[in-house]
Amino acid sequence: MSRSTVGALALTALLLPLVAACVDNDPGAGASSGALTVSSTADACTVSSATAESGTLTFQVTNDGSDVTEFYLLGEDGLRVISEVENIGPGITRDLVVQVRPGTYFTACKPGMVGDGLRAKFTVTDSGKDVGPTGDVAEQLTAAEAQYVAYVKDQVGALIAGTQEFADAYTAGDDEQARALYAATRVHWERVEPVAESFGDLDPLTDAREADLEDGQTWSGWHYIEKDLWPPAPADNGGEEYVPLTPAERTKAADDLVGWTQDLVDQVNDPQFTFEAFQISNGAKELLDEVATGKVTGEEEIWSHTDLWDFAANVDGARVAYEVLADVVEDKDPDLAATLLERFAALDALLAAQGSVETGFTSYDELTEQQVKELSTAVDALSEPLSELTAVVTGA
Amino acid sequence: MTEQPATTEAAGSEQPGSAHPGSAQRGLSRRALLGGGLLGAAAVGAAGLGIGRATAHEPVGSRATPGTFAFTGEHQAGIVTPAQDRLYLAAFDVTTKDRDDLVALLQRWTTIAARLTQGLAAGPFGPASGPYDAPPDDTGEAADLPAAGLTITFGFGRSLFVTPDGTDRFGLADRLPDALVELPHFPADNLDPARCDGDLVVQACADDPQVAVHAIRNLSRAAFGAATIRWTQLGYGRTSSTSTAQRTPRNLFGFKDGTANLKAEDPTHVDEHVWVPAAAAAADSHDSAWLTGGTYLVARRIRMTIETWDRTSLREQEALVGRTKGEGAPLSGGTEFTEPDFAVTGRDGQPLVAVNSHVRLAHPAQNGGVRMLRRGYNFTDGNDSLGRLDAGLFFIAFVTDPRTHYIPMQTTLSRDDGLMEYLQHTGSGLFAVPPGVPDGTLVVGSDGTPITTSSSPFVGQALFA
Repeated sequence: MSRSTVGALALTALLLPLVAACVDNDPGAGASSGALTVSSTADACTVSSATAESGTLTFQVTNDGSDVTEFYLLGEDGLRVISEVENIGPGITRDLVVQVRPGTYFTACKPGMVGDGLRAKFTVTDSGKDVGPTGDVAEQLTAAEAQYVAYVKDQVGALIAGTQEFADAYTAGDDEQARALYAATRVHWERVEPVAESFGDLDPLTDAREADLEDGQTWSGWHYIEKDLWPPAPADNGGEEYVPLTPAERTKAADDLVGWTQDLVDQVNDPQFTFEAFQISNGAKELLDEVATGKVTGEEEIWSHTDLWDFAANVDGARVAYEVLADVVEDKDPDLAATLLERFAALDALLAAQGSVETGFTSYDELTEQQVKELSTAVDALSEPLSELTAVVTGA
Repeated sequence: MTEQPATTEAAGSEQPGSAHPGSAQRGLSRRALLGGGLLGAAAVGAAGLGIGRATAHEPVGSRATPGTFAFTGEHQAGIVTPAQDRLYLAAFDVTTKDRDDLVALLQRWTTIAARLTQGLAAGPFGPASGPYDAPPDDTGEAADLPAAGLTITFGFGRSLFVTPDGTDRFGLADRLPDALVELPHFPADNLDPARCDGDLVVQACADDPQVAVHAIRNLSRAAFGAATIRWTQLGYGRTSSTSTAQRTPRNLFGFKDGTANLKAEDPTHVDEHVWVPAAAAAADSHDSAWLTGGTYLVARRIRMTIETWDRTSLREQEALVGRTKGEGAPLSGGTEFTEPDFAVTGRDGQPLVAVNSHVRLAHPAQNGGVRMLRRGYNFTDGNDSLGRLDAGLFFIAFVTDPRTHYIPMQTTLSRDDGLMEYLQHTGSGLFAVPPGVPDGTLVVGSDGTPITTSSSPFVGQALFA
C-alpha cells in the first residue's frame, strides 16, 4: 500500500486547473523570450506586459498582497479558463506555464479568491510558430475519465467476487484453495490501487504490511491473512513461533476483508464517484512507484512471495491509465507517447518471461539477482517518462 | 557557552615552550602513554613540541586559533556548536566485562578528544616521531590539516546499563535514567540491526571529512581490547543550522531543512528543550543526577527513495513538505522564517499547508510545544543492487527527554506524514550524552597538552562516581 497518496491526491485535487489547456511540453518549440511577471495585490493585478508572442508563456505570479490569491488566463469571452494557478499565499511566487495561440485574452488576479477578479486585456500576436494541438482536449479528457471509471468498476466487481470466494475458502479451512486464490484475486486490487487509496482508511485496513503498523496497532487485511496462510519459521518471525489464527479469528479476518472490499465497491459505484484526468495520470505514476519501492524489492508479499502478480497488476493498471489518456498525449506530445509505448512493451516482455496472471508467475524468491535488476531497470526506464504525463495532460 | 569558538584560555594549560623535543623519552611506547596511569607529567611533557600536526605548533594554552572549539565546559561540544559540514559517527560495543577497563577507556578517549579538537595529534609523539620501532601514536592522515572545527561528543546507550535480559554489566543498572528507553517500533520502520543501538556513541563533526574520520579512527584504535565499532555513519552537507549565522541547508529532497530548528542564540529554549534539568533526576526512579546538564542524542538513518521522489511533480513535492522549494517559505505565505499559518485556506476551504504535510506535523504547535535541536547530515552510502543510491538523511537530534521530545512526534510523522511515502528508517540509536568535562580539570603534561593518568577526568565521570 501507499501511505501518503491519500492526502496527496486529496490535496492535488484542489490545486489543479478546472479545464486543462493546451501545452507543448517541449519548451524549445514555442518559448517566448523571458517570463512575464505578475504582481497581485488587494487592488491591482500588474502584468509586466499586455502583449506577448504566441507560444509557451510563463507568468511568474507574485502575491504582493495579504490575502491568498489566484491568477487566471481567460479566453476572449472572459469566461473560458485557458489556464490558472491558485492557492498562492502572501509573499509567494508561483509560475504559470501555458501554451497560447494568437488572439485576445484576459488576465485576472483574484485576491481573496472571490469575485470576478482584477482583469486586463492581454493580446497575443502571431509568432509564426505552431502552437499545440487542435483537437478538443476537454472532450478527450471527459471521455478518458468515463473510460477509466468504467475500468475501475469492472475491476472492483471482479475483486469483490474473488474476495468472497477467497474468504469462504479461508474460513472453511481450505488453505490450499485460499492460497491458490490469494494472488489472482489481489490482482484486481493492485490494478486500481490509487483509487482505493483515495478512500481514506480502506487502504491501511485492507493492505497494510506488518511493518507499517505502530506499536500496539491492530493488524487486518490481506497481508494479515497472507501470513497465516504462509506461516513463517521462527527465524523469519523475530525469533518467535508463529501462532496460527483460531477459527474465530479467521472468520473475523475474512468477514472484515469482505466488508471493507464491499465498501470500496459501494463508493466506486456511487453516482458521485469521479476520477479526474490528472488523478488518472498521477495514478499511473504512483502504480509504478509502488512497483519500484515495494514489489521489485519483494517487500509487498514477504510470506507468499507472490510479488510478481502485484507487479504485473500495477503495470496493467498504469497501462490502462495511460491508454485512456493516449489520445491527448499523442496529440500534445507524440514523442512521449512513442516512448511510453515502447517502454511498456519492454517491461511486458520481461514480465511475460516469468509467467502471466492467468498461468501464474515465478515466485519472487526464485528470481535471480540479475532478473530482479532487469525488471527494476525496466520499471525505472518507464517511470521517468511516465512522470511527465500529468503535466502533459493538465497543461500546467 | 562552551560550544562557542574558543577564544578564552584553554583549561588547565601551561605554556609548552620550554620543553625540548625528544630529549629523554625516545624509549616510551605509545601504549604506555595511552594506557597512562603511571606516567608522570614531566615525562610526557618532554615530548613537547614533537607533537604532530602542522597547526599543533600553536601553543595550546594560548588563545585558540579560529576553527577550534573548546573541549571542556559545562556541556559537551558538538551540540549547540554551529553545525560543521561533515560528520563521522560511530557506535561501539563494549567488549570488556571489567568496569575499570571501561573507565580507563573513557579516560583515554577524553584525553585524545581533548587533544584532537585543539588540533593536536592523538598522542604526544604525533604521527612522525617517537620510538622508531614503535608504531606512531597518531595515524597521521590529518597531520597537515587544521582542526577544522572538530568536536567530539560522547554518549551512552541503554545496553551499557542493562542488557535486554536484565544483566547489569557494569554495576550501572541503578543509574539508568528513565528516559533512556528502548525506542518503540514506529510505523514502517525497516531497521537493520547492524545499524542500530550500541553501548557507546562518538559523534565527530568537522568541516573536513578527513579530520572527522581521523578522530574516529584514532579513538577506535584506542578502544581495542575494551570496545569495538558496531556501526558507523559518514555524513556530509549538514542538514540543519544550529546558529542564526548559518544559512539553512538543503536535504537530498532539495528542500531547506530545519528552518525552525533551535539555535544556540536562543538559550532559553535550548535550556528548556535540550539540556537535562536537575528536576529530571529528582523525578527519576533511579539515581540519574550524573546526567544533569547533559542531553539525549537520537540518531535515525532515514533512507530516501530519491529516484521516485525525483519523478514527483513540484506541486506534490511542495504540498508534502508544506513549504516552497525555492525560498522555503511556508505555503501559507511569507518568507522562510515566517511562521506557518495553519488556518489559511485556499480553494474549497482546504488549508494551504496540507494536513499531512511535514511542516505541519512536525511543527511545535502540533506537538505540545516541544522542540528539538536537530543536527543531521545527508548521507550517500553507495548504491543498492538495483542501481539506486542508498542515500538519505542521517537524522540527529538532541533533546531533553526522548519520551516527550521525540517519540510522540516520530509516531505521528511515521503514521501520517505524506513524506513517509519516500522515506524508510533503516538505522536507529538513542544515547544519553553526559555533561562536559569541567574547565580546568584536564591533566596536562609539562608541554601543556592533555595526558592520560589514573586521575585524568573523563566524560561521564559522575556516572561512575
